[in-house]
Amino acid sequence: MRFGTRPVLIDFSCEFPGGRISVVLGGSGAGKTTILRLIGGLIQPQEGRIWVAGTNVVGLSERQLYEVRRKLGMMFQGGALLNSLTVYENLAFPLREHTQLSEQEIAERVHATLAAVGLRDVDHLLPGELSGGMIKRVALARAILRDPQILLCDEPFSGLDPISVKRIEALLRRINQERGITMIVSSHHIPSTMRMAHHVVLLWDHKAVQGTPQELASSPDPQIADFFNEELHEEGVREPQHTPVHRW
Amino acid sequence: MTRFIADLGYATIRFILELGRIAAFAADVGRAVITPPARVGAFVAELFNIGVLSLLIICVSGAAVGMVLGLQGYNTLVRFGAEESLGAVVGLSLIRELGPVLTALLTTGRAGSATTAEIGTMVATEQLDGLRMLAIDPVHLVVAPKTLAMVAAMPLLSALFIVCGLAGGYLVGVALMGVDAGNYVSSLQNAVDFRDDVLGSVLKAFVFGILVGLISTFRGYTCQPTSAGVSAATTSTVVVGSVSVLLFDYIITALWGV
Repeated sequence: MRFGTRPVLIDFSCEFPGGRISVVLGGSGAGKTTILRLIGGLIQPQEGRIWVAGTNVVGLSERQLYEVRRKLGMMFQGGALLNSLTVYENLAFPLREHTQLSEQEIAERVHATLAAVGLRDVDHLLPGELSGGMIKRVALARAILRDPQILLCDEPFSGLDPISVKRIEALLRRINQERGITMIVSSHHIPSTMRMAHHVVLLWDHKAVQGTPQELASSPDPQIADFFNEELHEEGVREPQHTPVHRW
Repeated sequence: MTRFIADLGYATIRFILELGRIAAFAADVGRAVITPPARVGAFVAELFNIGVLSLLIICVSGAAVGMVLGLQGYNTLVRFGAEESLGAVVGLSLIRELGPVLTALLTTGRAGSATTAEIGTMVATEQLDGLRMLAIDPVHLVVAPKTLAMVAAMPLLSALFIVCGLAGGYLVGVALMGVDAGNYVSSLQNAVDFRDDVLGSVLKAFVFGILVGLISTFRGYTCQPTSAGVSAATTSTVVVGSVSVLLFDYIITALWGV
């Protein structure tokens, strides 16, 4: 995958286990968001294949992509809520578009989903009136509203205070456990990754390094191990394991 | 010299690519307009934004242009003793040219730029991508109602501009300069042909509505997702929209004599 002449993902291959929480880790500009957008068909790679719920999304028309996206939910970094609609309307709108539910059924479902993400009495608020953490939770509610098979979360912890980070993290874990949704989370927040991820894809030099968080943290490659342990040390999660740095 | 030719070739290719992109975009919008469900609520809201909120600027500008035409026309016609034809001069100028053209230019500046900025902001804040991920076509939901509202509003605004212009011309010519009111109205009635002038004026306004609607939504829809990108797209809408209106005005006049 290239943007103009700038390579982002080269000879790249990875997979995400079903029903589990996978975290895509990497530095800024490594291509974390690009992977989520590729999965959602929002951008197309120059070559290769991307299998999403049994369908190769590369080369599909926009109309064909809509069929695939019915199985997906996406929580955008900035929320991507419609600014002109209230919280309630932001959630009710996709249900009106895609289901034959009555207004009462829609209201029940919207309120149940808002309650699931810990929000009450926010129906009438506009996105501009919400805090950063609340926007993330409304965006999460909208993403899980139609029970997607796969949930894509783009930087769900960015710009949040430590308490909100833990709240969102707990929410994602609970949704994964209760609904069995496959989650693919892009993040550069290593402490939360260590706590919630079943599977990690680390973007390193345009390639993917995969494994469990523990496997990557104790990687024989010193740079990868340091990538994990330095961050954990800064957050005070556990003592860093200093290893000599080698070129790899 | 070689570099100049290379730059010229590159610019030409970019221009043709841009034309192709806007043609494909226009086809998408056309398909969205005829694809159910009809977005009546969104269309009415846009009609309000583009039409009703432009009423003041259209009325004031129309009256001002009519007053200037009345004054200039009277000063010229009185030299030939033909001031009774003031109604015809003001009417034909407004109906055939100034009404649709100035309305399109004003609407480009007020509503076209706002449309681009609104869609561009939705691009920059990923709202359109959010709709795509909800399996909702943003062209169908956002772009088509705005374009359609621009097409519907432009002839109505142009008609209003002309009426206000005629009233402004009447005010200056009759009330200030002393032209006979009956002469003003009868010369206007005799000079204006419904099919050639009035319907031609409506045709121009309709074409300008399509142009401004497509350019403003296309620029917003394809802008860079940054604040600078939205700003550049908004400026581009005003420049490209205004120049296109003037060019198409000449083409329509040359082809159909309107």
